[in-house]
Amino acid sequence: MKIAIADMMDLARGATFLGTGGGGDPYSGRLFAEQMIHRHGAPEMVSVADVPDDAACYIIAMMGAPTVIVEKLMNGKDAELAISKLESITGRNADYIIPAEIGGVNSTLPIAFAAQRGLPVIDADGMGRAFPEVQMTTFNVYGVPICPIVIANDHMESTVIETPVAKSAEDIGRAVAMRMGLAVMFTGYPMTGADVKRASVPGTISLAIGIGRAIAMGRHEGDPVEALLSYLKSTDYFKHCGVLFDGKVVDLLRETTRGFSIGRCIMEALDGSSRRMEVIFQNEHLVARDDKGVRAIVPDLIAMVDRETAEPITTEALRYGQRLKVVGVSAAPQMRTPQALACFGPQAFGLKEKFTPIEKLL
Amino acid sequence: MRIGVDVGGTNTDAVLMAGKTVLAATKSPTTEDVSGGIIASIKTILERSGKKPADIEAVMIGTTHFTNAFVEAKHLLEVGIIRLSLPSASGIPPLSDWPERLLRAVGRHVYEVAGGYQYDGRENSALDERAIAQAAKEMRKKGLKAVAIAGIFSPINAAQEDRAAQIVQQEMPEARITLSHAIGRIGMIERENAAIMNASLASLSVKVVDSFRVALKKLGLHAPFYVSQNDGTLMSAEFVEQYPVLTFASGPTNSMRGAAYLSGAKNAIVADIGGTTTDIGVLSNGFPRESSVTVDIGGVRTNFRMPDIFAIGLGGGSLVRVAKNSVTVGPDSVGFRLLEKGLAFGGDTLTASDIAVAAGAADMGDRSLVEHLDKGMVDQAVDVIHRLLSEAVDRMKSSAAAAPLILVGGGSVLISRQIPGVSDILVPQNAAVANAIGAAIAQVGGEVDRVFSYEELGRDGALRAAKAEASERALAAGAALGTIEIVDVEELPLQYVPGGAVRLRVRAVGELAASGESRGAKA
Repeated sequence: MKIAIADMMDLARGATFLGTGGGGDPYSGRLFAEQMIHRHGAPEMVSVADVPDDAACYIIAMMGAPTVIVEKLMNGKDAELAISKLESITGRNADYIIPAEIGGVNSTLPIAFAAQRGLPVIDADGMGRAFPEVQMTTFNVYGVPICPIVIANDHMESTVIETPVAKSAEDIGRAVAMRMGLAVMFTGYPMTGADVKRASVPGTISLAIGIGRAIAMGRHEGDPVEALLSYLKSTDYFKHCGVLFDGKVVDLLRETTRGFSIGRCIMEALDGSSRRMEVIFQNEHLVARDDKGVRAIVPDLIAMVDRETAEPITTEALRYGQRLKVVGVSAAPQMRTPQALACFGPQAFGLKEKFTPIEKLL
Repeated sequence: MRIGVDVGGTNTDAVLMAGKTVLAATKSPTTEDVSGGIIASIKTILERSGKKPADIEAVMIGTTHFTNAFVEAKHLLEVGIIRLSLPSASGIPPLSDWPERLLRAVGRHVYEVAGGYQYDGRENSALDERAIAQAAKEMRKKGLKAVAIAGIFSPINAAQEDRAAQIVQQEMPEARITLSHAIGRIGMIERENAAIMNASLASLSVKVVDSFRVALKKLGLHAPFYVSQNDGTLMSAEFVEQYPVLTFASGPTNSMRGAAYLSGAKNAIVADIGGTTTDIGVLSNGFPRESSVTVDIGGVRTNFRMPDIFAIGLGGGSLVRVAKNSVTVGPDSVGFRLLEKGLAFGGDTLTASDIAVAAGAADMGDRSLVEHLDKGMVDQAVDVIHRLLSEAVDRMKSSAAAAPLILVGGGSVLISRQIPGVSDILVPQNAAVANAIGAAIAQVGGEVDRVFSYEELGRDGALRAAKAEASERALAAGAALGTIEIVDVEELPLQYVPGGAVRLRVRAVGELAASGESRGAKA
């Protein structure tokens, strides 16, 4: 199947939902991908099973600050530089492009780049959602080395990072990104088709498009949140899901620490019961608690949607008085193994609670 | 004495005020020829009050003219667009997301040149002055009269946009140039859109301001006149010619400001209940709360300052439908035909106003015409009306604490009961012309919206610097020294940016300086 301009709106909306509050607004990413498809034609999307074991598969993503990305818009040349640099290091030209992060703006860039290069894009990613740090991927969890990393910017400057420690790659990468303008292209995790089969979360581009489409259809039919849930229930990964809370925002605390947007959103039920829910976030929503305790916790997905339109809402757009439904969704099974939880489970974010799958909490 | 005029889509309202007293007010249908309507209504209030044109010290006009022109793509100029961005941003060219109808109106005259800044104000690339001069030559050949210039991070550092404007002006001395940093905020696409939007209105704004000038002259009014901005402050005639987009949504703003003034409440919810819809906004320190999200105007995404308004389909003309066990109200309405369609007025349609009359809450039309309505049904409909308003009010509140609710507009008679979370319901006198009053009492303001480093300046130092800058801008805009106060401070920490970078938005306002020292245009 080809990814057409007409799919991009659904993809962007689904990606915002899977961004679970973070990931960056994919608006500019959508316009960029639409522009690239318009200029170079629609890229082919292939499923993981159809990728030959020895194929060279490269990621492309943006690293930086959301406030910078909305100013220094994409130019496309920096992505080409990053990938070609990686190709010259590995000695293998890219056969396929694969997203690293399906949540937020990074869902759109691989599509734009695949269109630009005339390469197929793999229907998969390394998170099945969004995470704040580059080592928080299933690629890393299942043994794909993160390096070599290439970071490139609009001035055609590039930096190669080599370190055996994935977390160091994040720390060095962020420092480099800062110096290079805070809106840089990032590639790493060079993979073979066999690696992709072992270490990716398959099917997530299709899922993002499906989520966006379900919300759009729901708006036609009258109940977007219900349409969203019934779509999620029809999928393998996301079938354990439900509305955790129906309420309005009564308190909001946000601060920037260590370069992250960290905060807490408190909601009160609309049914007059004065029941409350608290959602803690570090860019993305990490845990949702009510008076009975944890209702959903990372890596399971916690998304906030407008209670009428099901429009996904990012933490930056949260405001007192907003009417929201908090939707909890099970993460893909490969995101919930002990190795995976060690990398991006609750403790990786400094939370005390153990991971409990949402199906036990619903 | 001041005159306030609000030219809406439906009605033109005018008031004459002496200090805090309303001497005369009038409401009449807006005319096709806008200045004709203004002349007629000012004449009416002068006659009613027995005052002479010479008594008038200032005239304030609010208008929806520019919003409508843009949305309808009428009277727009083609715009030459210069983006100071390369090597960045070429993947999303200007006008990428504009609807076809507006693209036809503004054309596709796009020039991307080297320039732009980093997030901290350092140059991202040096300005390509030669390319700008070349673009200006081409634009002149094309006969373009309006130019929009937008550079990356220009709200942080405006020097390149200013320099680019100089170069263009040299090649095209007659061109009207809009610089994005003067209107928009962080967000390149939205700010650039706002600049293009503004530039497209350049010739209409001159025409409209001139028609105001001529209208006032015909009336023998030689007082300076001002136009309302959408933040509740005034701009001089020259300023409107430069920045017509800043009038967008000034109608609801004036109405809220008028409500604040009439009721004396500085922090309150305002519901302007019209014939078809209710606009709900929030007053904070006497000014409307601003929208913090991007705003879509005619299908174009922008991010310049707009009041935060939530509209619901509830008004005096809202249709009331009765099914077996349920009653619904709106969102459709008989609108301005209430006086012929409503039951209480001898018509055949059950409207929200009829319910208010039947419930004894309103006295209009002929009560005997609604006496036959089932009491239980009327009660249920009253419930629905109050529930609709309650939900909307609650949605707009900025904290859990109870706040006063000010009702303005003709439909305010619909509300007769307490609203949950509301401390007090205020229905001020002259509420029907609150918008014209809002225009008449408007002040002048100045704003700063920039990134400051808390690590460098400390929080106190940064706040102090931003406040001083906003006050200076208010002064430059015509505020009287000594009346200027800071009305709004917003802190937004920047994600991922080290050094305690915080985006500060600070607004200062003051009373209009006495006419001798003011910068308003002489008629």
